[in-house]
Amino acid sequence: MVSLPRGAPAPHARRRPRAATLTWSAPFALAFAVGACGNRDARERIFAPPTEAATGDAALHAVTIHQPRWLEAISTRETDALGRPVEVRCETCHSTQQLALPTGTANLRGPHAAMHFEHGSNQCASCHDPAHYNRLRLATGESIAMTAAMQLCAQCHGPQARDYQHGAHGGMSGYWDLRRGPQIRNHCADCHDPHAPRFPQFSPAPPPRDLPAAHRASGASHE
Amino acid sequence: MNDSKDTVKRRVALKVLATTLGAGAFATALAPIQQFTDSTNVQEWLQKHYRELSSREIREVLARLEAETKQKYGREVTIQDIRPQAGVQFAYALNLSLCIGCRRCVEACHKENNHDRASHNAYIRVLEMEQGSMDMERGRADYDHPVRADDKFYLPVQCQQCENPPCTKVCPVEATWQEPDGIVVVDYNWCIGCRYCEAACPYHARRFNWRKPEIPAAEINPNQSYLSNRIRPQGVVEKCTFCLHKTRQGQLPACLEACPTGARVFGNILDESSSIRWVLENKRVYVLKEELGTKPRFFYFFDK
Ligand code: HEC
Ligand code: HEC
Ligand code: HEC
Ligand code: HEC
Repeated sequence: MVSLPRGAPAPHARRRPRAATLTWSAPFALAFAVGACGNRDARERIFAPPTEAATGDAALHAVTIHQPRWLEAISTRETDALGRPVEVRCETCHSTQQLALPTGTANLRGPHAAMHFEHGSNQCASCHDPAHYNRLRLATGESIAMTAAMQLCAQCHGPQARDYQHGAHGGMSGYWDLRRGPQIRNHCADCHDPHAPRFPQFSPAPPPRDLPAAHRASGASHE
Repeated sequence: MNDSKDTVKRRVALKVLATTLGAGAFATALAPIQQFTDSTNVQEWLQKHYRELSSREIREVLARLEAETKQKYGREVTIQDIRPQAGVQFAYALNLSLCIGCRRCVEACHKENNHDRASHNAYIRVLEMEQGSMDMERGRADYDHPVRADDKFYLPVQCQQCENPPCTKVCPVEATWQEPDGIVVVDYNWCIGCRYCEAACPYHARRFNWRKPEIPAAEINPNQSYLSNRIRPQGVVEKCTFCLHKTRQGQLPACLEACPTGARVFGNILDESSSIRWVLENKRVYVLKEELGTKPRFFYFFDK
């Protein structure tokens, strides 16, 4: 397993990752370091041009996991003066008092009224920490931060979590060669809404225009 | 359309043609280029084969091509000559349980590789397949409805970068060959446009530039390389190069980065800790038209 250096600069992501450190307990043996932005000293040290002697792990760039903003905030329908969506953090409305967790979405009011829930036989309390609005809870009873949601997913979805750990589920961008640059991995919640995780349908990009008319029905490009 | 058997026969026939007829076949093959003489200049004709050029000559060629692009397309571009890295053998794998057929990879390829806008060309075709069949000849590329459709799966096909490539063998002028990192490339300045390679490819992965590619200056990807995404001249064959201008610099290919499902896995098979190596060792992988003995470096797998 690779172990990745801390303090490498946050790569420029399609969507800016929030600086946060995820600590992965088993089953995730891979230590993901999330970029600590703006740490110039660390940046210079790590980016010394790799010499022959320094091609080991020390010369590797970071693998960061993109942090979807909605993990810690909900979006309103409003936009600000610049047209950016206005987001409100959970704690703006919720203090960390005891929760009377609902058992379904039926009695959800206020800003969450439109929530759709369709996730196996899960109960709200399978994931939410009844003691804190802005935290999650593992099956072991351990309370974890919202941003650590992947640990939660992993405890019930072993095969996908294993594949993810090996880069075979979840996708990435940046560099395959960590000696030459950083890699950004998607978060489970980038693709799966924790409440209705089924992957959505897409409208495909337009079909090819260069298929010879006689062969529209196939992939062949021959005359 | 050929079925695979016919393709094999045709390929063998062509190979025989190319080797036995020698000069004769060469002359016939040269014929298509006559139409394009107005777009080629003398220097280009005199340019030696890419693999014989010295580094100084290559710099001159690249500078000339950059200037030509500026003149013809109105855009400053950088055309690099990026060589294979020692200790790297590329391979690609695609998880068919995840792919939903959205063609985002095709779009990304179109843009990254400076394809002609009018024909909307790209090196990837996504085939809509019936469950239970891996016969790519029966896939449809022209589907246009929300995806993934029930009871279908999607098979994106691009150059398989075969270890035993039928396409390079039929080239009468050695304008296409396999590089040490496994990528099969075309020297567009050497290609005579005979299209034998296109016919020889059992995966229909090669494309021919019928017209001069047209791309608005603002849309041109200026990060180019000689053997990959520089704007191709009219009358030459082109193909997927695993985005070598990115991948030989350690980056992931454009189609992988664009995939919203995370179905694509790319890397160096010689690196034991790589994702691609893990997939090859832990998933049951398939190759297309295995019976042809082409030994693709492009693998497909399902989760279950
Ligand atoms: C704009 C204010 C606002 C924000 C921001 C907000 N909530 Fe709420 N939340 C509410 C209101 C109002 C209720 C309904 C309370 C009730 O029904 O009594 C609620 C209910 C809930 C409930 C159901 C439990 C209950 O008391 O009914 C949960 C769980 C919850 N919120 C979690 C969150 C999380 C997690 C975030 C951040 C991702 C968040 N909320 C952000 C206002 C907000
Ligand atoms: C599989 C784990 C899981 C289950 C089960 C779950 N939640 Fe959540 N919930 C999350 C996570 C993770 C977030 C933060 C990310 C987000 O907002 O999508 C969240 C956020 C919320 C929020 C605030 C943001 C939003 O999406 O509206 C509310 C309200 C909420 N949950 C209510 C509920 C209720 C009610 C149930 C039971 C019907 C429930 N949750 C079941 C994981 C879960
Ligand atoms: C407490 C266990 C548990 C947790 C935690 C959990 N899931 Fe699930 N998940 C399930 C169950 C049960 C199903 C339904 C399986 C089935 O229908 O076969 C499911 C189904 C799914 C599906 C398939 C949905 C479909 O309709 O195709 C996805 C995707 C998924 N979960 C993603 C996640 C993600 C992402 C998280 C973390 C935010 C998560 N799960 C957390 C138990 C869990
Ligand atoms: C890049 C987007 C992406 C990310 C990130 C991602 N998945 Fe998925 N996941 C998918 C797609 C696409 C499917 C297949 C959906 C389908 O079958 O239509 C899928 C399927 C699943 C399934 C359902 C499998 C089944 O049998 O139906 C589960 C469970 C799941 N993912 C869990 C996770 C977990 C856990 C994570 C984080 C470790 C994660 N996913 C991250 C895209 C993603």
